[in-house]
Amino acid sequence: MARSDSTPAIRIEDLSKTYGSGSSAVQALKHATMHVMPGEVVGLLGASGSGKTTLLQCLGAIIDPTGGRMMLDDEVIFDGEWKVPDRRTLRRDRIGFVFQRPYLIPFLDVLENVAILPMLQGRSHRAARERAMELLETLGIADRAGMRVEQLSGGQQQRVAIARALANHPPIILADEPTAPLDSHRAMSVMQLLHRMAERSDTAIIVVTHDENIIPVFRRLYRLRDGILHEEQGEGRPIVVEAAATV
Amino acid sequence: MISLAYRDVANGFGRYLATGLGLGLLIGVTLTMAGVYRGMVDDGKALLRSAGADIWVVQQNTLGPFAEPSSLPDGMRRGVLAIPGVKEAGNVAYLTLEVTDAGTSVRIMLAGYEPGRPGGPRYLIAGRHITRSHYELVADVRTGFQVGDVIPIRRHDYTVVGLTAGLRSPSGDPMVFLPLRDAQEIQFLKDNDAVFRDRRQLQENPQLNPPSNPSLLGAVEASLFSNDRVNAILVRLLPGYDEGEVAAEIRDWLRLTAYTSAEMEEILIGQLIATASRQIGLFLVILTIVSAAIVALTIYSMTQTKLKEIAVLKLIGTPNRLISGMIVQEAMGLGLIGFIAGKLAVTYWAPLFPKHVVLLEQDTLVALGITLVICLVASIAGVRSAVRVSPGSAIGG
Repeated sequence: MARSDSTPAIRIEDLSKTYGSGSSAVQALKHATMHVMPGEVVGLLGASGSGKTTLLQCLGAIIDPTGGRMMLDDEVIFDGEWKVPDRRTLRRDRIGFVFQRPYLIPFLDVLENVAILPMLQGRSHRAARERAMELLETLGIADRAGMRVEQLSGGQQQRVAIARALANHPPIILADEPTAPLDSHRAMSVMQLLHRMAERSDTAIIVVTHDENIIPVFRRLYRLRDGILHEEQGEGRPIVVEAAATV
Repeated sequence: MISLAYRDVANGFGRYLATGLGLGLLIGVTLTMAGVYRGMVDDGKALLRSAGADIWVVQQNTLGPFAEPSSLPDGMRRGVLAIPGVKEAGNVAYLTLEVTDAGTSVRIMLAGYEPGRPGGPRYLIAGRHITRSHYELVADVRTGFQVGDVIPIRRHDYTVVGLTAGLRSPSGDPMVFLPLRDAQEIQFLKDNDAVFRDRRQLQENPQLNPPSNPSLLGAVEASLFSNDRVNAILVRLLPGYDEGEVAAEIRDWLRLTAYTSAEMEEILIGQLIATASRQIGLFLVILTIVSAAIVALTIYSMTQTKLKEIAVLKLIGTPNRLISGMIVQEAMGLGLIGFIAGKLAVTYWAPLFPKHVVLLEQDTLVALGITLVICLVASIAGVRSAVRVSPGSAIGG
């Protein structure tokens, strides 16, 4: 799908999710509406149980919303029902994921952890490895390419996870508390990295966070309260990273 | 695409290999059990092949001489020879006993035969056949005897003049061949005290030792202490005669039981070792179930330890087919390692078994097939748990 500057990378309208039915029904998400532009990094805030994970799982095509619409690059992917033939392929090709912990595959080396995505997409072994190496170079960890993931620090592992999320040029990345296990300086470094990669690859990034230190860096925020999504303006503070804090 | 199974195994190869080797020992035991059964069958067949008889004549209504006691007078051989179609007939006597050679006890099966007639060893691997009528023997090499050894059996010493190979009783005891007369003596000879007691009883019995007829006692003693019984008569036929028909003739005319070689094989293998084979069969079933349970538990626990990674793989778009393939390949790999280890183990430890262990290629192939099927079935639990993992479980801690 062609993308123009005015087309959001992702847009949801009136998205709802109800668990259970009848008297035991729980409405976890109530008519949520949001959009994220290409190259934009937005924050998604909310207390525990507010519906963040539900929203993320809907956006990630993992669970079925109960109602509403969802569009990727103006292509309707959900409108009361899924409009794509295969959600697994949708996730593989058009959505990147970064988790609270890196969740790298321990039996693959660093390069393979990134290259596995293009390989799953059907790209040749060589092309996939070249793409992975390019990302590792961009993220400054190319010298770790042949290492086992457990030989990397937590921050380096998170970089590999970011590289993996970007491997298939997805229009959107869903980052679930990517800075949670890091100290404030390293958390800021990760946020800088996400902003840089968003700008460079024109990728929209939704960052779920509880981290008070990084909330001010977002220009735009969404806050979930009891399943209701509210848009807020962020401070958009510039990210300052101490030299020693690079992850 | 990267081989996920290969990478996963390589990541924890030591543990994987150790599990495979453990499974291999179990497979080795299973193969050994099958080999023991095959050995029993092989021993039975070798015994029959060595005897080279077309017909086995035994005491009427018995399954002798191996499955049931059989006793007939050695003079019956002449009657058998008179049946049309019979080329050769030889008396044989079999008994199992324990002998001591250089302080080591060996359990053997003695086969007494008439040199030059059916019943002796077919070929030798060392020495010569028995040529004297007494106190020589030919032994299976598994007895540990050497040519020239002198083996005391009961009241006499026997010289080992030849060695044969691959001849064991159905219960696995190596065979020793010696002249029929010696075998009869060993089988029926009483010790001096018993002879003395029996003679005194005879002398004190006025009916057997009447003063009016002193020669009667001598006749009774000669009858009582003579050894003219044999266990079977082995018959070879002239070309063109049917085993079944000649056996029927023997049954009808001599009122003895006669088995064709095929019938004797059925008795020896189908009936004599039937209980043992059922027992071994049950062991095989139990070992197979245990092996399946071990593989299933191993694969299941291997899968459980990486459920989070599987969730991530599914989230980033890895199809279930690839993940299931990884689990199945790991299970198959485990089975292959186990099979190779088991085959090597049984190859090395089989000669150490006192029983004859025969490893047939067809059994090995069947075992390999069963192992792979077990691994395939055992991986189902792991595959099911992996398929059930929601990709969403990677999100939200």
